[in-house]
Amino acid sequence: MSGPVMRDDDIISLPPPAARRKPMRESLLPWITTPLLVLLLIGTWHFYVTTTKLSAFILPTPYAVWEAWLGLLQSQRAWNNTLSTIYVTVVGFIYALIIGVGLGVLLGRIRWLELTLNPFVVATQVIPKVALLPLFIVWFGFGATPKVIVAAVLAFFPILTNTVLGVKSVDTGHRDVMTSLNASRWQIFWRLELPSSLPYILSGMEVGIVLAIIGAIVGEYLGGNAGLGFMLVSKMNGFETDGLFAVIVQMTLLGFFFYFATRALQRLLIPWHQSIAIR
Amino acid sequence: MTGTSTAIELARIEKWFGSGDDAVHALAPTNLDVAEGELVVLLGPSGCGKTTLLRMIGGLLEPTLGLLKVGHKELWSNGNRQGQALSELGMVFQDANLFPWLSVEDNIALPLELKGMGKAERRERARELTKLVGISGFEKRWTRELSGGMRQRAAIARALSYNPKILLMDEPFGALDAMTRDTMNLELQRIWTETKKTIVLVTHSISEAVFLADRIVLLSPRPGRIDTIINVTMPRPRSLDVQATPEFQDIARTLRHRLTEIS
Repeated sequence: MSGPVMRDDDIISLPPPAARRKPMRESLLPWITTPLLVLLLIGTWHFYVTTTKLSAFILPTPYAVWEAWLGLLQSQRAWNNTLSTIYVTVVGFIYALIIGVGLGVLLGRIRWLELTLNPFVVATQVIPKVALLPLFIVWFGFGATPKVIVAAVLAFFPILTNTVLGVKSVDTGHRDVMTSLNASRWQIFWRLELPSSLPYILSGMEVGIVLAIIGAIVGEYLGGNAGLGFMLVSKMNGFETDGLFAVIVQMTLLGFFFYFATRALQRLLIPWHQSIAIR
Repeated sequence: MTGTSTAIELARIEKWFGSGDDAVHALAPTNLDVAEGELVVLLGPSGCGKTTLLRMIGGLLEPTLGLLKVGHKELWSNGNRQGQALSELGMVFQDANLFPWLSVEDNIALPLELKGMGKAERRERARELTKLVGISGFEKRWTRELSGGMRQRAAIARALSYNPKILLMDEPFGALDAMTRDTMNLELQRIWTETKKTIVLVTHSISEAVFLADRIVLLSPRPGRIDTIINVTMPRPRSLDVQATPEFQDIARTLRHRLTEIS
């Protein structure tokens, strides 16, 4: 037996071409299936409305919704409302992020603080937070503040729990490395605990941003004269069902936007992580 | 290399875990001197305190009693590790323990970064080290792209980055397959010859111990204590074929019998 012997130590060989092509095909699949399924859904909807001659107040045709949505895009007021919802969502989310990560790091590291505060943390979770909204309106009026608070309170919990989990999940072997290098507490935080918790924090953010939108919209339902939630209520009161759908479409697009923004953030901040490498 | 100066001194080092009735005597009072440039292997069954001993030398665990000197400096004093003594030590663990969020290069240079060295200088040093441990060209890769053997190479490079006099290795090749392990043993011998470090290595593999060691310290369990010390005088550099020599097999047989008796 002669000839070169290959060890995985020496080379990283490329997979055969066929094996490389397969994941490409797989990643393309949703680009084909998603439009097809959406078309199917809209087709069924259209067919159902036209054959049953359903009243437009109950369910407008997809085309009417499309028209209403285009109308929305040309209306300055609709844009102001969209921006207002974005503002409430983003500001509330940023508060939740700062407080959630800050408190999460403390609770994850300091055992007695976690034991002391845990009942209160659980209490903030089990309280139906939306029920606090009237209180916030009494305290802070009908402006943006009570809505920002509701958005923040909703988004806070998943960010907090994920941060605590992340800080606690720091590998003990990694800690040994830092200890044997005589790293300071500060260095251990910046160079180990934070980057190691980042995947957890980001997945908390992924859930948190969606909850922040819900908080913002519910806030606008109840107390306000601005935002997509307010718009939804006024469309309902005016029996403009197609307009109602158009606002829902607008909200959904907003949700997609924020969701993909956090995904993009993941790609940017944790390109090393398994969850990114697999995609 | 004179071989006369001591790199590590243990005087009646003892370790208890817990207290009262639940206390476990992990290591009975132990004396051991390691000479500069020597390659000492700690061998023993599980629970013999070999890892405990190594972690105490590495400053990760405080001895309950006794005196521990590294490079003539006391490592522990009043429950505090002395940074000066610590900088004489580099540690390699069973899991490479590389940080997955850093590139191979940044992992290797991490100790230098913690010590405040500039980026260009770090990169330069990382390049030298990847060459030394045989992973040149992989500087920019993520650690998950490396094989098990290459990760251990990177971990060795990281431990050597700040040029400590002593390398402590806790079952560094225990998680590798047999063939990679042989390669890594040869590589470690080469790196040791090139860098002239003092090495203390923990293993439970008899053949690894005999192949690498100048001196094998066999530990027995409950409580952990030194059972036998065997000098290995086979000439260097040793090739893998040394395993077939009578001398190698004699030592291995002696160790195997003794291990069966004590565990």
